[in-house]
Amino acid sequence: MREIEYREAIKEAIIEEMDRDPKVFLLGEDIGVYGGAFRAYKGLLEKYGPERVVNTPISEQAIVGGAVGAALTGYRPVAEIMFVDFCTLAMDQIVNQAAKINFMTGDALHVPMVLRTQGGSGTGIAAQHSQSLESWFYHIPGLKLVMPATPYDVKGLLKTAIRDNDPVVFIEHKTLYLNKGPVPEEEYTIPFGVADVKREGSDITIFAYSAMLLKALAAAEELAKEGISCEVIDPRTLVPLDTDTLINSVKKTNRLVIVSEAVERGSVASDILAIVNDKAFDYLDAPVKRVCGLNTAIPYNSKLEKACIPTKESIIDAVKEIV
Amino acid sequence: MGKIPKEMQIEMLKKILEIRRFEERAVQYYQRSKIWGYLHPYIGEEAVAVGACMAINKEDYIISTHRGHGHAIAKGADLNKMMAELFGKSTGYCKGRGGSMHIADTELGMLGANGIVGGGLPISVGAGFSCKMEKKGRVTICFFGDGAANNGVFHEALNMSAIFKLPVIYICENNLYAISMCSRESVAGNDIAGRSKSYGIPGYKVDGSDVIAMHEAVEKAVDYARKGNGPSLIEAQTYRFFGHHPNDPAAYRPKEEAENEKANRDCLKNFKQKLVNDKIITEEQFNEMDKEIEKRIDAAVEFAENSPEPELEKFLERVALNQ
Repeated sequence: MREIEYREAIKEAIIEEMDRDPKVFLLGEDIGVYGGAFRAYKGLLEKYGPERVVNTPISEQAIVGGAVGAALTGYRPVAEIMFVDFCTLAMDQIVNQAAKINFMTGDALHVPMVLRTQGGSGTGIAAQHSQSLESWFYHIPGLKLVMPATPYDVKGLLKTAIRDNDPVVFIEHKTLYLNKGPVPEEEYTIPFGVADVKREGSDITIFAYSAMLLKALAAAEELAKEGISCEVIDPRTLVPLDTDTLINSVKKTNRLVIVSEAVERGSVASDILAIVNDKAFDYLDAPVKRVCGLNTAIPYNSKLEKACIPTKESIIDAVKEIV
Repeated sequence: MGKIPKEMQIEMLKKILEIRRFEERAVQYYQRSKIWGYLHPYIGEEAVAVGACMAINKEDYIISTHRGHGHAIAKGADLNKMMAELFGKSTGYCKGRGGSMHIADTELGMLGANGIVGGGLPISVGAGFSCKMEKKGRVTICFFGDGAANNGVFHEALNMSAIFKLPVIYICENNLYAISMCSRESVAGNDIAGRSKSYGIPGYKVDGSDVIAMHEAVEKAVDYARKGNGPSLIEAQTYRFFGHHPNDPAAYRPKEEAENEKANRDCLKNFKQKLVNDKIITEEQFNEMDKEIEKRIDAAVEFAENSPEPELEKFLERVALNQ
């Protein structure tokens, strides 16, 4: 199968959906000639024109509100917020409007919009451009939350997100855009709420998503050499969450490590731990371990930055502690 | 523009009266605890919504505020479903999930009242994008208050609508008070309409107690928008006869001011008198109209009282769907 970059997979998904449905359009900062901060939209302005590729001023509230209003009136906007850190500027529109309109209007109105953004650390751009804020959205009923790690997943899930009738927060990771992976030429979509077992194993389950999935797979590869068989589960969508795949895996391996780049306090990882506690406590042979970001803002210095988030080594250490 | 036909003037008076009587009744039932939570009566401001909504068509959109009953009724909302929603019943516009602050209806083009001051402003950008892309000549009216004019979203929305020439009519209902904060003290320059100059769009300051003046200004702005020229900003100088809510004695505003407004700038009293003076209606015809409206409101209350509560099981089923 051919291999393409994560950002090319994004562009393919967008092109296929824009060609399929004239109601799909894009809005966001620097998505015109510039092609988006990570060049995922390169060439789209030329292809679709300024009415469907709306290059906006730096107005996060009006970008997200622009998506909400267009979604309410029959369109399927894909709004881009350049960094998940900048979603802080648009939280009213995300939390009080997009997430709640369908609910509080008694299902009279629908908000079929995608909020595309990216997060995570690893590029030395410090505390206001490197956060992992997925737990903010995870916490809000009414939002779906997608965090794909591979080119295959990002394409299939973005297409599903655009077709969904509810608001979807779609968080990419800034270190993944240039990664290549197999993506079929023919069209496909990936349903929400279906985890992917990225590696089968029998001794321990590692639950990891977004960029941390790659670290978990690298750790699993190394642990295999030492005779420890890891099953690596990528939820792909955090809301809805495929708890069955996770619980079944835990029932098989009886051990679990949860890996997330986000700070540990109040995290998705902590919630996953609680879910496993509720549903599979009797199957556990060891305490569940979380390998998360430190409870700190992300520092600039590369050595310090690396120390704040999980590494292949810290995942290996956590696995060895409970195997 | 031209002179407004007699029948239309009668229709205007009828709508003003309908809103006034609906709100009076809502306040009564609020005080009897049949309606709970928050209630923000529109009494005193009716001419703004009626003048505006009668200048647009059924398929045009409106975006409303927390003080939104008047907008909904002026756009043609069903009194039964309105009252039922205030009573929290399953037959209400939002099936009892939204209450006073979230009434919305696709058929009416009512994109929702809003519990967040300024929350509708960014959404107007999106509705504006839709109207523009559809090319059917549709427009959106976005109502907001003097309080929202001081919020950052005001700038984002007006700036973005102006640069993209979106067909949106911004109507600021300056009733002088954002809860207790007087706009004379909170609005720098004390000239909300004048802010239009910064965006290069038309701005009008209109006597919001004069339904004809409101209608004329909005008609001008609608015409401008339908021709593809973009948004306008209308500052309607109005006054709420109640405090922020029925139990707010409004101690923050001068007694004489409120007395003077009620005595001299009551849109219902003044417009009725005008129509009587112009021999468009007689006192008897007005009383008939009033009786007929009261009857419809009796029926709405009866409908609301006799309607079933939302079913908890159904609600929980919906909650379970969104896990």
